[in-house]
Amino acid sequence: MSNELTPIDDSVVPQHAPRATDINPASEKRAEQQVAILFGLSGVGSVLLIYSYIFVADNVFIFIPIMGNQNAQQLGIGIGMAMSLFFIGIAAIHWAKTLMPDKEIVNHRHEFRSSDEDREELVKTVKEGVAGVQLGRRKLIKRSLGAAVGLFALPPVLLLRDLGPLPGKKLEMTNWKAGTRLLTDPGNRPILASDLEVGSVVQVLPAVADMEHRPLSDIAKDPVLLIRLRPEEFQLDPERLAMTHEGIIAFSKICSHMGCAVALYEQTTKHLLCPCHQSTFDVTRAAKVIFGPAARPLPQLDITVDAEGYLVARAPFNESVGPSYWERNSQ
Amino acid sequence: MKRLSRYRRHKAAGPLLLIIALLGIGTTFSVASATVTETENVFARSASIEEGKQIFLKGCSSCHGLNAEGASIAPSLVGVGAASVDFQVGTGRMPMADMSTQAMRKPRVYNEEETAALAAYVASLAPGPAIPGESELNYERDGNSAEGGELFRNNCAMCHNFAGQGGALSQGKYAPTLMGVEPKHIYEAMVTGPQSMPVFSDKTITPEEKLSVIKWIKAAEAEPNLGGATMGRIGPVSEGLLAWVLGLGLLIGIAVWLTTRAR
Amino acid sequence: MSATEKMVGNTANFVDERLGAAKWVKKSLNKVFPDHWSFMFGEVCMYSFIILLLSGTFLTFWFDPSQKEVVYNGAYEPLQGLKMSAAYASTLNISFEVRGGLLMRQIHHWAANIFMAAIVAHLLRVFFTGAFRKPREFNWILGILLLTLGLVEGLLGYSLPDDLLSGTGLRITSAIIQAIPIVGTYAAFFLFGGEFPGTDFIPRIFTLHILIIPGIFLAVITIHVMLVWYQKHTQFPGVGRTENNVVGHPILPVYMAKAGGFFFVVFGVTAFISAVASINPIWLYGPYTPGQISAGSQPDWYMGWLDGLVRMAPPLETHAFGHTISWNILIPAVIVPGIIFTGMALYPFIESWITGDKREHHLLDRPRNVPNRTALGVMSITFVMISLINGGNDIIATNFDLSINQIMWFSRIGIFILPPLAFIITKRLCLSLQRADRELLLHGAESGRLLRLPHGEFVEVHTPISPEKAYLLQSHEQLVPLEIEDVDARGVRRPGALKNKLQRRLSKAHAVSVPKVTEQELKEIENH
Repeated sequence: MSNELTPIDDSVVPQHAPRATDINPASEKRAEQQVAILFGLSGVGSVLLIYSYIFVADNVFIFIPIMGNQNAQQLGIGIGMAMSLFFIGIAAIHWAKTLMPDKEIVNHRHEFRSSDEDREELVKTVKEGVAGVQLGRRKLIKRSLGAAVGLFALPPVLLLRDLGPLPGKKLEMTNWKAGTRLLTDPGNRPILASDLEVGSVVQVLPAVADMEHRPLSDIAKDPVLLIRLRPEEFQLDPERLAMTHEGIIAFSKICSHMGCAVALYEQTTKHLLCPCHQSTFDVTRAAKVIFGPAARPLPQLDITVDAEGYLVARAPFNESVGPSYWERNSQ
Repeated sequence: MKRLSRYRRHKAAGPLLLIIALLGIGTTFSVASATVTETENVFARSASIEEGKQIFLKGCSSCHGLNAEGASIAPSLVGVGAASVDFQVGTGRMPMADMSTQAMRKPRVYNEEETAALAAYVASLAPGPAIPGESELNYERDGNSAEGGELFRNNCAMCHNFAGQGGALSQGKYAPTLMGVEPKHIYEAMVTGPQSMPVFSDKTITPEEKLSVIKWIKAAEAEPNLGGATMGRIGPVSEGLLAWVLGLGLLIGIAVWLTTRAR
Repeated sequence: MSATEKMVGNTANFVDERLGAAKWVKKSLNKVFPDHWSFMFGEVCMYSFIILLLSGTFLTFWFDPSQKEVVYNGAYEPLQGLKMSAAYASTLNISFEVRGGLLMRQIHHWAANIFMAAIVAHLLRVFFTGAFRKPREFNWILGILLLTLGLVEGLLGYSLPDDLLSGTGLRITSAIIQAIPIVGTYAAFFLFGGEFPGTDFIPRIFTLHILIIPGIFLAVITIHVMLVWYQKHTQFPGVGRTENNVVGHPILPVYMAKAGGFFFVVFGVTAFISAVASINPIWLYGPYTPGQISAGSQPDWYMGWLDGLVRMAPPLETHAFGHTISWNILIPAVIVPGIIFTGMALYPFIESWITGDKREHHLLDRPRNVPNRTALGVMSITFVMISLINGGNDIIATNFDLSINQIMWFSRIGIFILPPLAFIITKRLCLSLQRADRELLLHGAESGRLLRLPHGEFVEVHTPISPEKAYLLQSHEQLVPLEIEDVDARGVRRPGALKNKLQRRLSKAHAVSVPKVTEQELKEIENH
């Protein structure tokens, strides 16, 4: 059998030299005491845990060097748990190392390959069994079985259809339409052009019917960044320049790469940096990508002012905001 | 010497020597590169525009021009307001130590009176943001830390990190840590938009909202690390490092002990 | 017979009369597991998994996996009155109002990080020692499966609290799914129940995270460990150790005590780290909303290398016929990892094809004796390290006063140059070590004592090495390149000539090594 105990042939596997605890009774006694102390430390940990849980208030903070102020209850429960677990382990290992038998034994390995007789028997059994099915002969059963199994595979997939709606045109639509006011976020206040100084940036959301309860799916597409520059700093073609207003330019805040909020505006360089993957967009050139993995500039929102002087969108975005997808027409 | 050299082939000799060498190099470096503290000017005179102009001509005009009109290496200060000067000089950023990527916060060169004089002079050149007074900075009373947190995450966290620890901008620029900054300077920075920071005008973030932001920052600064020591509140990068170094390191150490024969 | 023995005897009798397991139990208790510290990584994985199950179950008693909007009214002041999801609010509740709750959250998250680190360490150990060779290829594939499952499970787990950092990660995940051609938007809409972020995602990943994936884990880990049990563990070569035996301590009592003890140690270390080191402080991140982001946003380290690849990708997209294909997302996030994981899973078969070695192997290789494989491993580690560094480029830039643009360029170029460089250097190092072993065997160890001979020459005295060490240094096999003839015995050209040529080339490269010390050389030295 494969796992029989074999006494070691001393000429083959050298036995180890005896440990101190094997030959010296004082050493053995000491090792016992050490194991006992370790178990004892575990007990201390358990007591610490129980004490901290029941008696220490959760708003007490104590100062630990390097770590600063720490919550005493949390620390007590944590260190207590750590000690109670850790020292049981150390005690058991120390016990095994010093006091348990040191003898190594040998297990033999057998070849995994089954014997030829076993293999032949298996082949015979399988052949007989398969012959009993006689699928080759029974063509009608074979075809109808195939049809049933094939059809049977469809319902499980179909039952998952209502996991979600079809994408449709949803990814192309935001709440920005002609005449939609730009509102501060948070606060939902309308903005006059004169509210923005040169070099200022503000995040805006569109005015909608219910502004207290904007769904997160809307916030994943609607945020727009308003940036004010000096008009002469723009390097835009006339079509894009017409979409600005007195040096104020608006871009979608949702990164065209993977949808993070592009919000780092560097006033000195007029660059927008996305912190996720470091795509960098040049605001003076209609958010053209100048560094990083983003492949498309940020969509620009066409803005103007309404009769009362508040900033509004003149039209919806002329492309989908956010990351790319197969159906996106990016030309 | 002979006694020591007997251990030169000890298995701990290598690691020990390495640790000694590292400590030695490290201490030598930090001692040698310790900067000499600037001597403070002691001019106990009241603030005045003329006062400020003199200080300006001596310490600032070489870069910013004799009439603060600016040059290729430094912007014009006409219209930046007293708040800008109070911020830049008060945090030690100006005078700039070297023309590197951006001015860094350092011990201030000019004392309070001199800073006030400089601010008064620059304010006299053209109207600009004023230094906020004490009553305008009562963030404990007028601010709301929860609202401040929301504002912070909307407008500040993308550069300064979720806990105000600072973050990277492009080309080696950075948004500095907000820990240990005076409330007045935080306010002034929001209003004036120093260097790469954009301007957060009072119409888009109202003065009360600015105080809420300051209140939140100060609360975050005062808040102890509730779960244990952090490695600078910078997120999963430091946590992963700790898991490998401390977690796996400790466990490997114990595994080595476990599998070694007792003697 | 003592009272205890009598009770144990009666119980054993009870069980045996119903199951008849005496023979099997006896065999199992005498099973041997060889001892080496590097064999314990697998144990760390397994114990961490158990810790995850225990701490995770604790958390489920308080966690509310719902994205329903609630107004926070709990103990943490800076979030008072804010709107957030029930998932986030319940996580705050666990952290601040349940005693030991924050500790358990941290144990769960640290255990996950240690779990993944141990899996990688275990994978590297198995790889570098060649333990994946026949008959253990299937176990290796199961291991790669566990690694992949672990990545996904971790991602889903840290996304459950719905905080700003993990929500950003989910945004990126949805962008990756969306980028898949043809089916991407459908898959994303079905997964999220509509547009991102929707309100169905947290409950769905909760089911995946606590039921489906742990269930798969349990099944796969069981098979993985049973295979080790059945096939017996490998062992390092040494005196008395052959391909046909396993030498070590029996399960009862030594291995049970050590392995059982180690479980408590792993748990204790995890609890200690969780008591003193903060992880995932979601109250500082704030609740997730897609309009916010923090500087220095990274996933946990085991996903961080993917983030690094995405960051360094060139800005390539194809815009044609009204459709968009985002190569800048697909290449780093789908194609490259797909190739890497498939390659990893198939590696045992690739190597056996290269070497033509179809024998069973139960003795491990010392990494230096298989220079090609070791170099390949170090090359892969280098690749992952560069990706990891790039994944944290903004953190590195902030803390070490560097520029993210420079780190990015370093990574973009380095990812192509440094791994091959690492390969070459490692291979040379292995050969160097082999030569050093040879010297050791032939001449003994340098003792550092100099002797001056009568005629004036200085020599260093060498001390002979122990017989166990000498045995170890001779125990490896000489690597031999495959001999494949282009034509067979009758002069007919073999089919698949190109494949054969490749196989020959690879086999030759794989077999580069320092020749083993021969019997004759040893004898010569003895007579010297």
